[in-house]
Amino acid sequence: MEALESLLHGFGVLLTFHNMLLMLVGICLGILVGVLPGLGGPNGVAILLPLTFTMDPTSAIVLLSCIYWGALFGGAITSILFNIPGEAWSVATTFDGYPMAQKGQAAEALTAAFTASFFGSIAAVMLITFLAPWIATFALRFGPPEFFAVYLLTFCTFVGLGKESRHKIVISLALGFLLAAVGMDTVSGELRMTFGSVELLRGFDFLVAVIGLFGISEILLAMEEHLAFKGQEAKIRLSVVWRTWLTLPRYWLTLLRSSAIGCWLGVTPGGAIAASFMGYNLAKRFSRDGANFGKGKIEGVLAPETAAHAAGTAALLPMLALGIPGSGTAAVLLGGLMVWGLQPGPLLFVEQKDFVWGLIASMYLGNIAGLIIVLATVPLFASVLRVPFATIAPMIIVSCAIGAFAVQNAMFDIWLMLGFGVVGYLFKKTGIPLAPMTLALVLGDKAEDAFRQSMIGLDGGLGIFWSNKLVGTITTLALMMLFWPLIGKAIDMVRGSGRGVPAGSESSRA
Amino acid sequence: MLKSFVAKRTALMAACVTACLGATALSPAMAAWQPTKPVEIIVPAGAGGASDQMARMMQAAIQNNKLSPTPIVVTLKGGANGGEGLMDMLGSAGDPYKMVISNSAIYTLPLANKLPFDWRKLTPVSILAFDNFVLWVNAEAPYKTTQDFVEAVKKEPAGAFKLGGTGSKREDHILAATVERIAGVKFSYIPYKSGGEAATQLVGDHIKVNVNNPSENVAVWRAGQVRALCVFDTEPMNYPAKVTADQSWKDIPTCKSQGIDFQWIMLRGVFLPSGVTPDQVAFYQDLLGKLVETPEFKDYLEKQALKPSDLKGPEMVKFLEKDEALYRDLMTQAGFVATN
Repeated sequence: MEALESLLHGFGVLLTFHNMLLMLVGICLGILVGVLPGLGGPNGVAILLPLTFTMDPTSAIVLLSCIYWGALFGGAITSILFNIPGEAWSVATTFDGYPMAQKGQAAEALTAAFTASFFGSIAAVMLITFLAPWIATFALRFGPPEFFAVYLLTFCTFVGLGKESRHKIVISLALGFLLAAVGMDTVSGELRMTFGSVELLRGFDFLVAVIGLFGISEILLAMEEHLAFKGQEAKIRLSVVWRTWLTLPRYWLTLLRSSAIGCWLGVTPGGAIAASFMGYNLAKRFSRDGANFGKGKIEGVLAPETAAHAAGTAALLPMLALGIPGSGTAAVLLGGLMVWGLQPGPLLFVEQKDFVWGLIASMYLGNIAGLIIVLATVPLFASVLRVPFATIAPMIIVSCAIGAFAVQNAMFDIWLMLGFGVVGYLFKKTGIPLAPMTLALVLGDKAEDAFRQSMIGLDGGLGIFWSNKLVGTITTLALMMLFWPLIGKAIDMVRGSGRGVPAGSESSRA
Repeated sequence: MLKSFVAKRTALMAACVTACLGATALSPAMAAWQPTKPVEIIVPAGAGGASDQMARMMQAAIQNNKLSPTPIVVTLKGGANGGEGLMDMLGSAGDPYKMVISNSAIYTLPLANKLPFDWRKLTPVSILAFDNFVLWVNAEAPYKTTQDFVEAVKKEPAGAFKLGGTGSKREDHILAATVERIAGVKFSYIPYKSGGEAATQLVGDHIKVNVNNPSENVAVWRAGQVRALCVFDTEPMNYPAKVTADQSWKDIPTCKSQGIDFQWIMLRGVFLPSGVTPDQVAFYQDLLGKLVETPEFKDYLEKQALKPSDLKGPEMVKFLEKDEALYRDLMTQAGFVATN
């Protein structure tokens, strides 16, 4: 119960008027940067970092981490309303969130997304509160083979459980890997596929790709379809929030599963993006109504949001306990810690109790405050849909362009974003899914590095992926996921069930 | 919008005033150049790394002590191991509002990757500090001294010991290759994305040894998870205050005294683009001169166990020439120089 005592101490540190005010300011700013595509958590935190140099560390981290929570909440808003993810980890939220909005259930989708975010986050904070030292030790067991196994699992889940045809998923993944390979190769120390171009030196930033692939392509499609130049009619009252909440308890298993996935991938640097996809795919797999995913099921909003928020929160733990940032925002916060005179690492929890427990307490309060604020804004955001699309579209494009520019302050990225927009449009037209490409772009070079690092040394060989229980389990699980359609077919055949035949004929393409 | 317009106008006026004063050949002190818009520190590295931390510290120290009339902003350009930031500086000739914090990537990138970069095309301002390299092993390992360690490596088949470091064909890799040559051993070098990663991988026993900078390993050292065997310098680091329960930086013996006679330090220096005026260089040399006197900077040096430096102007150029020759020599011997 030492953790509880420390936590109460943390609340004591936190509950001053000054800190509470900073918290509210942080959350509102965070929601704002989260809503604008591309202007995500890392940018928001980096912009405000200099303001915190003269603050005491606890107030500073409260302000900055609340921007992070706000951005996590805000990312879902445009995903649901316009099919344009405000953050890369909100991509999976578009799958069912947008169809829901199209059916006039925008408010329900928003409520579900926010509540799920809250749930995932609180799950991760509780994990940090009670199991921080244990998790820090667990994370140390991850060497290159373990990392590769985790990435493999993420990719295999996609191929094995995806709803599109397997070959299209693989095409999309392969293109993502190709793009991820551009730039400096960590293992050989060589430049690859930069063709002497200075702009290509930094490789393709996934944020720029996401903005283009999802945002710009959506606008291109809408223009082609001459669609929705009048706003949607939607009656929106705050009571929707309450009614949606009443339906949520029946999805408890999805919420718990996604929280677990999120916490796990946040601690091992798979990150919020991988977590959201994996949460979605597994929810679809295990749902009784999996076939209706993608057509506007509330479960399809709950699953990725819970996982993303849990991962985003859990990602702070390795940053604090090991000095290894689990996400882009965590990396910026890491720079801040040093300026405030703190040394992230195993001793931070021992030497800086005020700071660490103040931060953990702010995770609880920040998320509660964040939930209240975003829920109060549900009618406001949902009513944005009443504005004619022709009015909104130019604003979205400008916001996308600003976001793409802000990633690296590079004009080239705006052109790149437009290029990705065209690619996204063609993909949508040909039925090739965009999400696998995004995922491969985010994790591709990490997976490649981990694989090649595993191969260096005297024990380098494929056997290394089964060299201990941890890595062996993850690798086996990954292969099971990859061949899930075949395994499912085999199970059906053993049972002698006739229902397995149509499913089998489809999966034989795998 | 309005603000930047005003700033631009002020800049124009300032430029005019400077020019007029210059024409009438007044004393240089009166013609001193001052920035009239925010100054950008380019960090040719990723968020959270040593260069980023240095830039944030400079930003904080300059801002808190009001050393510059205009704000300082930090821009990360870490693509291609910093090549992105360096090429950006190359393309910013004449722009006195950009400075870059650089490390030895200014030598390794052109040599290993044929990046069309040459530090001679930038304007060296000053070297703020030098970073040391330390030979670290896991605290649970049986070997307690450098000699024991070298013996242990020799007993195993060549390449059985994994040495992890930042990147490939860069300072850690070059150092590893040189140690191999001097001590007559063979490691398997594992390139990671950052020194922080190399630190946790050592604690998790996924690698047997690393050659991290003090700042990259200090957290796990203090936690008693790693052991420092020796420092690659001619004399021990000059920080006698206890860092771990029983050791200070000064207590770490030099590798030379332990039988590996090799000095390897890395500059942390500031450059401006080419084509800036002597006035402008003087302003930054003065600014950085004041910066190194601030308590923030001194505290930072001690926390990161950096070696202070006051090299600037011709002395800095002389050092860079010598240092680059050393890099070229060692990289050629290790086979890291791009030939095609």
